Amino acid sequence: MSLKNINVKVLAQIKIIVFLLALIPLTQLAIGAYFDGLGANPIEKITRTTGYWALTFLLITLTVTPLRRFTGWQWLMRLRRMLGLFAFFYASLHFLTYVVLDQFFDWESITHDIIKRPYITVGFPAFVLLIPLAITSNNRLIKLLGGKKWLSLHRLVYIIAIAGVVHYWWLVKKDITNPLTFAVLLALLLSIRLGYWLRSLSRQWGVS
Amino acid sequence: MKLHIPTIPSSEITPKELFYNRRNFMQLAAGATMMSLLPQSVFAGDKLPNVKKADETPTDKLTSFKDITSYNNFYEFGTSKESPAENAGSLKTRPWTISVEGEVKKPKVYDIEELLKLAPLEERIYRLRCVEAWSMVIPWVGYPLAELLKLVEPTSKAKFVEFISLEDHDQMPGQKSATLEWPYREGLRIDEAMHPLTLLTVGLYGEVLPNQNGAPIRLVVPWKYGFKSAKSIVKIRLLENQPTTSWMKAGPAEYGFYSNVNPAVDHPRWTQAKERRIGEFLKRPTLPFNGYEDQVAHLYSGMDLIKNF
Repeated sequence: MSLKNINVKVLAQIKIIVFLLALIPLTQLAIGAYFDGLGANPIEKITRTTGYWALTFLLITLTVTPLRRFTGWQWLMRLRRMLGLFAFFYASLHFLTYVVLDQFFDWESITHDIIKRPYITVGFPAFVLLIPLAITSNNRLIKLLGGKKWLSLHRLVYIIAIAGVVHYWWLVKKDITNPLTFAVLLALLLSIRLGYWLRSLSRQWGVS
Repeated sequence: MKLHIPTIPSSEITPKELFYNRRNFMQLAAGATMMSLLPQSVFAGDKLPNVKKADETPTDKLTSFKDITSYNNFYEFGTSKESPAENAGSLKTRPWTISVEGEVKKPKVYDIEELLKLAPLEERIYRLRCVEAWSMVIPWVGYPLAELLKLVEPTSKAKFVEFISLEDHDQMPGQKSATLEWPYREGLRIDEAMHPLTLLTVGLYGEVLPNQNGAPIRLVVPWKYGFKSAKSIVKIRLLENQPTTSWMKAGPAEYGFYSNVNPAVDHPRWTQAKERRIGEFLKRPTLPFNGYEDQVAHLYSGMDLIKNF
C-alpha cells in the first residue's frame, strides 16, 4: 500500500493512534501524581512537563505542512487540527497549573508576574492567542469565517510559537540546551515557510 | 572392626570454582578486616559518631531525607534536579584534602580525616533558601568554619575567603559542558566566614554527607541563597580582594557577591518575595536573611543591600 494514498479506514486508525500517543505525557503525570512519583517538587514538575509538551505539539503541528509537501502525503493535513488542539490542551494545563497549583488564585501576584516578569509577559499572551485558534478549529467556524479569514487568523500560530520559545528561553536559569533546541527547530520550520513564500512571490512576479 | 567410611553428601562438597577461588576469598576477607580498621564514617549512609544533637526542637518541620537527597542543584553532575542523585556515585570522597592557603600565617593541606576530628561535630537545623524560590529545612552536621580558619591564622590582609570545589571531568560528568566556569568558585567576606552560623558541613540527618549534597565536605551559609554554600571543597583561599564567583561570571546582573536572602530584592526574572517549602502546597513569605536577621543583620549595617545584592 502506498503511503501517498491511504483509505479512510486507515486514516481513522492513524488518528486513534496519534490521539492515544498524545495522551501519554498526561497519563505519565497522572500516574506520577497518584503514586507520589513526581519528585520533591511536584508542582514544578507538572508545570515543566505540560509546558514542554505544549511547545512540542506546537512544533509538531508546524511540521505537518512542510512534511506533506516534502512527501506528498496529503492525508497528513487531516491530523493537523488534532495536533494543534493537543498543543492548546497542554498549554491550558500549563496555564491552569500556574494559576491553581503554583499561585493558588493569587490574582495580585499573577497580575504582577504578567507585568513584571518578562518570561510571563511573553508567555501569557501566547496562551491567550491560542484560544481563538482553538475555538475556530472546527468545520462550522471555518465555513462561517471563510477560508481566507480563517487562514490569516491562524497565521497567529507563528507569533505564538516564537513567543512560546522565548518564554522558555527566558525562564531557565543557566542551561539553555532545551530552549535552544526548540529555537533551532522553530527557526528551521519558519525558514522553510519563508522559502515557500519567496518562491510563490517570485512566481507571481515572474508571470507578470 | 568395621571401617566406617564417611559419606559426604554432594551438597557439602565445595564447588571447584569456590575451592580454587579461596585465595580471592581470603584476600577479600583481609580487605574487609582492613576496612573495619578505617574510621567508620566514610561513606554516605554511615552514622557519624559523637554528634551533639541540636539544642532546640525546630519550629520548622524537617524536610524528608528523601527530598533533601533527590532534589539538588549541583551542576557538576548535570543541571536537572534529579541528575546529582543519579550521577554523583562517580565522585570519590577518599582520599580527600582541603588546602587552606593565601593570606594566612600557617597554610596547610588538611586531610579529610583530620578535618572530621578538628572540632566537635554538632547538628544544626537550618533553613535552606534556593535562589529559585524553593526552600527546605535540613539537619546538617558540622562545626563552624571559624574553627578551621582560626588554626591557619589569617593575616591582617585577609579580607575575603574563596572556596574552590573539585574539578574532575571524569568524576563530575556535568563539568563536560561549560554550564558554569569550572572549578566552581564561591566566596564570603571574612566576617561572614567567621560568623558562628557559617558551618563547615560533613553530614546530614546524623549521617555522612551523601555525594549529591556536596560530599565529603561543604559549606552551609544559611542566610544566603543556596548557591553561596560551596560543595565538595578542595581549596580555601584567604584573599585581600573580593573574588569573582562562578555565578557572578555566569550572570553578573542576576547573581551578586553577597546574595543574602532578601524578599525585597527580586531576581531580575522572578520574585523573591515568596518561596515554596518543599513538601508544602501554598507558598510562604520569604524572610529577610532567611529568618536569621537577628544574628547577621549587623554585618551589613550601613550597606545598601539593593546595590550589594
